[in-house]
Amino acid sequence: MLDIVGNVLSFSFYEGLVFGLVAIGVYLTLRVLAFPDLTVDGSYTLGGATTAVLIVNGVHPFPATLAAIGVGLCAGLVTGLLNTKLRLPALLAGILMMVGLYSINLRVMGGANVSLLRQVTAFDKVAEVLGLSHGSIVVSITVALAIAAVVFFILNWFLRTEIGLALRATGDNEQMVRSLGVDTDKNVLMGCAIANGLVGLAGAVVAQGQGFADVGMGIGMIVMGLASVIIGEALFRPRGMARLLLAAIGGAFCYRLFITIALRLGMAPGDLKLITAVLVVIALAVPFIRKKLRHEWIPPAVRW
Amino acid sequence: MSQNKSLLQLRGIAKIFSKGTIDEVTALDNIKLDVNAEDYITIIGSNGAGKTTLLNVIGGVFPPERGGKVIISGNDITGFSEYKHATYVGRVYQDPHIGTAAKMTVEENLAMAVLRGQPRGLRPATNKQRRELFRSALAPLSLGLEDRLNAQVGTLSSGQRQAVALVMATISKPALLLLDEHTANLDPRTAQLVLDLTEVIVQREKMTTIMVTHNMELALRYGNRLIMMHEGKIVVDLNQKQRAGLTIDDLIAAFEQASGRRFIEDNILLRR
Repeated sequence: MLDIVGNVLSFSFYEGLVFGLVAIGVYLTLRVLAFPDLTVDGSYTLGGATTAVLIVNGVHPFPATLAAIGVGLCAGLVTGLLNTKLRLPALLAGILMMVGLYSINLRVMGGANVSLLRQVTAFDKVAEVLGLSHGSIVVSITVALAIAAVVFFILNWFLRTEIGLALRATGDNEQMVRSLGVDTDKNVLMGCAIANGLVGLAGAVVAQGQGFADVGMGIGMIVMGLASVIIGEALFRPRGMARLLLAAIGGAFCYRLFITIALRLGMAPGDLKLITAVLVVIALAVPFIRKKLRHEWIPPAVRW
Repeated sequence: MSQNKSLLQLRGIAKIFSKGTIDEVTALDNIKLDVNAEDYITIIGSNGAGKTTLLNVIGGVFPPERGGKVIISGNDITGFSEYKHATYVGRVYQDPHIGTAAKMTVEENLAMAVLRGQPRGLRPATNKQRRELFRSALAPLSLGLEDRLNAQVGTLSSGQRQAVALVMATISKPALLLLDEHTANLDPRTAQLVLDLTEVIVQREKMTTIMVTHNMELALRYGNRLIMMHEGKIVVDLNQKQRAGLTIDDLIAAFEQASGRRFIEDNILLRR
C-alpha cells in the first residue's frame, strides 16, 4: 500500500515538474500579459515532435531538447506578430496557430507519430552519468527537477529586471507602459515567445519520457495549464514573483496527482479531458458562487 | 540650429476623423503653436474643441494629417510611435487608472517611470538608490506614500493614484508635461491637493507644461499663458501680461468674440 502511495506521489512529482513548465507558460501569457494564448496545444507537440525527429536522426538528445525551446519560441513569436502587427485578437491568433501547427507537426514527423524506442534520450544520458538504471523514476525526477529549477531561477530573476518589469506591466496597463516610453508590442512578442519556448521544452521532455511523440499529445494542454495555474492560485494564494512561479508548478503537481489517482481508481484515460474541463469550471465557479452567496459585487464576465 | 528657443513647435497640425464618410469630423484645423521652455499653458474649450486631440498628437497617440509637423527640443518627431514620443513627453490622464498599473506596487510603478527615454536592461528594476529617490519624490505629497512603497497601487484611493501618476509623469523630468483634465475625476478636496502638487512640481522642476481643463477658473489661476480652442482652432491666445487681471466674464466675452457664438450655447459644457 505504502509502495503504491510512494509510486503515485513520486510519479506525480515528476509530472508536476514537467507540466509545471506548461503551467508557467500559461501563467506568463494569461496572467502576466493578459494574453489568452491557445498556441500552447500546438507548440507543445511541436517541441516533442522536433526533439523526437532530431534524436531519431542521430542528434545528441541535449541539443535536440534545446531545439524544442527554439521552435516553441518561434511559434510564440508568430502568434505575437499576428496579434501586434496584424492586430488579430489574441484568442484568434492562438487558435489559428494551433490549427496551423497541427499540419506542421505532421510534416515535421512525416506521420502521426515518431517512436523513440531503442533511441538514446536525455533521460538515458543522465542515467549513465548518475550510474542509475534506465527508466528509473529517480532519473526522471532528477532531470525534471534540474530543468524546472533552472527555469524558475532564470524567470524569477528576469521578471524583476528592468525589462521584466516592463513585460509584467504590459499585461497590467499597456497604455501606461507605452506612455512611459516602452514598445509594448515588443513585450508581447517576448512574452509569447518565452511562454511557448517553455511549453515546447515540456513537450520535448514528455516525448522522451514516454518514448514517442504523437500529433495528438498537445490536445487540451492549454486547459491543463490553465487548471494548474488556477489550482495553484487557489491553494497557495501566492504573493510576489517567486511564489507565483512556484504556485504554477505546485498547481501542476496537484493536478497531475489528481489525474494519477483517478487513473489508478480505474478511470478510463479518455474521460480525463472531460474531468479536467469540469475541474476548471468548478475552480472558476466556486469563487463566483461564494461571492454570490455573500451578495458581493461581481464583475461581468470577460469576453476577450 | 533652431531659430528660436521654442521647446515645442507645432506646424500645420490637422486631424480629420472618419475621413471620407458622412461622419467626417475635423478635430484639428491647421494648428500652429510655439511653446517656449518653462511655459505653463492652460488650454480651455468646450467638448469637441480639439483639446484632447491636440494632446494626443503631441503625445504621439496618432500622427497628424500629412504636412503637419511636431518638433520637440529641435527634434522632428512627427509620425513617431507613442512610446518614442514618451521620451520627451510625460502625461497625466483624466482617469487615474490609466496612469498607474493597479496590480503592481508603488515602487514598481515608479521604477517603470524613472527609466523613461532610457534603454531598459537586465539590471534589477529597483535598488536601494532608486528606492531613496522614490521616497524623496513621494514625501512632498504628504500622503504617507513614501512608507508604502510595497503597497499595490490598486489598493490606493483615486486621489492617491493620481498623485502617484503625477510623480510618475515627472520623475524622469521629461521636456514637456501634458495634463489632460487630470483633476476632473477627483472630488474637490482631492482635486485641489493634486493641483497644489502639480504647482509644486512644475515650479520646482521648471517644467514646460500644457494643462487642458474645462474649468475657466483653473485656467486663469494656473500657468502663464492661456489658450482657448474652438472647432479645432486656437481662437484665443493670451500671454501672461494680457491674461493678468482677467475675470471669467472677460474670458466669456473673448470666447464669444473669437468664435462668433453666444457663450450660452457652450455654457453647460464649460464650467464656470
